[in-house]
Amino acid sequence: MSITKKSTSQPLRRAFLKTSAIIAGGTVLSTLPFSGVYAEEGGTIKIALVGCGNRGTGAVFQALSTKYNIKLVAMADAFKDRLDQSYDAAFKKFGKAKVDVPEDKKFVGFEGYKHAIAEADVVLLVTPPGFRPAHFAEAVKQNKHVFMEKPVATDSPGIRSVLATAEEAKRMKLNVVVGLQRRYQKSYKETMKRIQDGVAGDIVSGQVYWNSGGVWVNPRVAGQTEMEYQMRNWYYFNWLCGDHINEQHVHNIDVANWAKNSYPVSAQGTGSRFLRTGKDYGEIYDNHTVEFIYADGAVIQSQCRHHEGTLNRVDESFQGTKGKFYLNANNNSGKIWDSQGNILFTHAGKGDPNPYQTEHDELFEAIDKGEYKFADAERVAKSTLTALLGRYATYSGKEVKWDEALNSQINLMPDSLSWDALPKILPDANGMYPFAIPGKSKVV
Amino acid sequence: MIGYKKFKFFPTLLLLLLLFITEILTAQEKKKANYIQNIPGVSFKIGMNFISGGTFKMGSPLTEQGHETDEAPVHTVNINAFWMSAHEITWDTYELFVYGDYDQTKGLGVDAITRPSKPYLDMTFGMGKEGHPAIGMTQFNAIQFCKWLYTRTGVFYRLPTEAEWEYAARAGTKTAFSFGNDTTILGEYAWLKSNSKEKTHPVGSKKPNQWGLYDMYGNVLEWTLDQYIPDYYSQILDNSSDPVAKPVNLYPHSVRGGSFEGTALELRSSARRGSDPSWKRIDPQIPKSIWWFPEAPFVGIRLVRPLITPSKKEIDAFYNQKPIADY
Repeated sequence: MSITKKSTSQPLRRAFLKTSAIIAGGTVLSTLPFSGVYAEEGGTIKIALVGCGNRGTGAVFQALSTKYNIKLVAMADAFKDRLDQSYDAAFKKFGKAKVDVPEDKKFVGFEGYKHAIAEADVVLLVTPPGFRPAHFAEAVKQNKHVFMEKPVATDSPGIRSVLATAEEAKRMKLNVVVGLQRRYQKSYKETMKRIQDGVAGDIVSGQVYWNSGGVWVNPRVAGQTEMEYQMRNWYYFNWLCGDHINEQHVHNIDVANWAKNSYPVSAQGTGSRFLRTGKDYGEIYDNHTVEFIYADGAVIQSQCRHHEGTLNRVDESFQGTKGKFYLNANNNSGKIWDSQGNILFTHAGKGDPNPYQTEHDELFEAIDKGEYKFADAERVAKSTLTALLGRYATYSGKEVKWDEALNSQINLMPDSLSWDALPKILPDANGMYPFAIPGKSKVV
Repeated sequence: MIGYKKFKFFPTLLLLLLLFITEILTAQEKKKANYIQNIPGVSFKIGMNFISGGTFKMGSPLTEQGHETDEAPVHTVNINAFWMSAHEITWDTYELFVYGDYDQTKGLGVDAITRPSKPYLDMTFGMGKEGHPAIGMTQFNAIQFCKWLYTRTGVFYRLPTEAEWEYAARAGTKTAFSFGNDTTILGEYAWLKSNSKEKTHPVGSKKPNQWGLYDMYGNVLEWTLDQYIPDYYSQILDNSSDPVAKPVNLYPHSVRGGSFEGTALELRSSARRGSDPSWKRIDPQIPKSIWWFPEAPFVGIRLVRPLITPSKKEIDAFYNQKPIADY
């Protein structure tokens, strides 16, 4: 087994050295000696998990549930308890043959990701999104294929970093799949294929929603440093989460960009902290409504709300010059009507493949065959930026242009990461956090 | 004198005793009636129908159209009296339990309850909320809802056993449906595949059965307390009283009555189905949620209150069963 392990990663390392040399020499590489390294040698694909929460553990389960010869060899998390829970669940399910992570390959703390990445051929980056730009950059620097969760950043410097790394990943022909699973969901692919073929004409307007009752909260526990508290209750801090318009609603916003096959040029909107105002809820808003304007004048309205007891709605609707269409990930449904309201296409998706599994099936098939097929990072960085553009619009109460959003110099990440270091946002004497005030706060 | 006094007092005592007995009887009769369960602090009410105890034939004969092997053999079951909610429980009430900040009954009852994790997905599946049945909850979640209601009302509620459910659905009949065997009139009583437009509908918008129970067929499958054991009917003794297959495994639990997605024959009084891990297939997290089924928009709940309330100890033990982790 040890010989196998060695032989699988060696070709990649060699490829990486060669690539680096060429890039350093200023030449854009067109081809790489990269074919069937795993399949040919019957080798094991080694994976590392960075971010061992419930979603990270879910991603490991999906990777290990593909039909390829995959082994989890290293794990990293800021928290030991989360790492241990994740390891225990994976080990219990898959056993030593597929989960082989000795104690010295379990990396706890803020810097562990570098070591975990070094152990693997493919890395799963599933921490809160604020860390994604740094982790993605490190993975590509170390010549690894990547599965990473959405969104991919929480501020504009993060977006620019991911865009740069995405370019690098393309040059190095590293497969990058990002967990906007609607892109891998049959109902969406089937419907969007028809939209791109012009069945509904030019898309002139749309409405995309993520209206729910909200998500989990982890109240402060005595003895936590400020850094630990914010990390445990990460959903409510922008440097970690980017607000729910980014963390959740990016799914629907990405569908809007998909429908338009482009990105907005500007946005304006409104939002607030109206019901979720307590000290357990950091700084994020509980509702945003945004108009995204595209270059051709199309307007897509986005609405996301975390209000308990109100209408739940998570779906996307669009209107075109020749018809309209509707998508709902939850129901696996996709429908297209003509301008008179006659049904042109219905996708009845009962029993469709699980898109979360499909992401991994397709990624690992490509890697196993030595193929270069997936470059999701640039697109998802731009859809993440679209969500941030929305947040900048609601937080500022002003019209914000795409280029302003892309070039914003506001960096939300702490200057240093350790349990005693201070995040940039801090509570007042009453434990309340400052939050954006439209018209006053500088947020772009 | 003393004797006389005693004697003189006796008829009064007798009268009082008679009155007292009448009072008890009236109270008992009163108790054995339909009632409305109010929930303090909110306007939502739950109509509870009294279901007299009795004996019935559970399961279906080979000759019944749509008969499945898990419905055999037909066997005699004795059922003690209980109340059953006339309707499937709607989101209006269920959301009070789901969302702590929204719960307007908070502070009016003991708050030592565990609430579900807030569902990540839209658990109404775009089908509607007000008046529509609450759906997609796990059996554990459903039982915890009963506990929440108990803390608010002081009344012990639980899910029906499979036997209670079928007894109530049959409402004294032996045919495939409580109205007979004619599936062509099922649409008057039920939301099913052929008339639902792939959606749940407001509860109580179809005809009730003879015992005043609405939507026993269709709209949503209803959780029972039982483990689903396909050959359970050949395992239990004939003439059992209130049989229940106590669950030891997370899957499958028995769900009854068919749903808006079901075909006519799947809605029959005797038709049985088990819950399935595939209902959580698209849950992207591990451990998977102990609270929600992201792919089961067709399962909901109906409440039962047994005539004889269990002891406090039994109630606590029932409500505080530990959930089984789901990987």
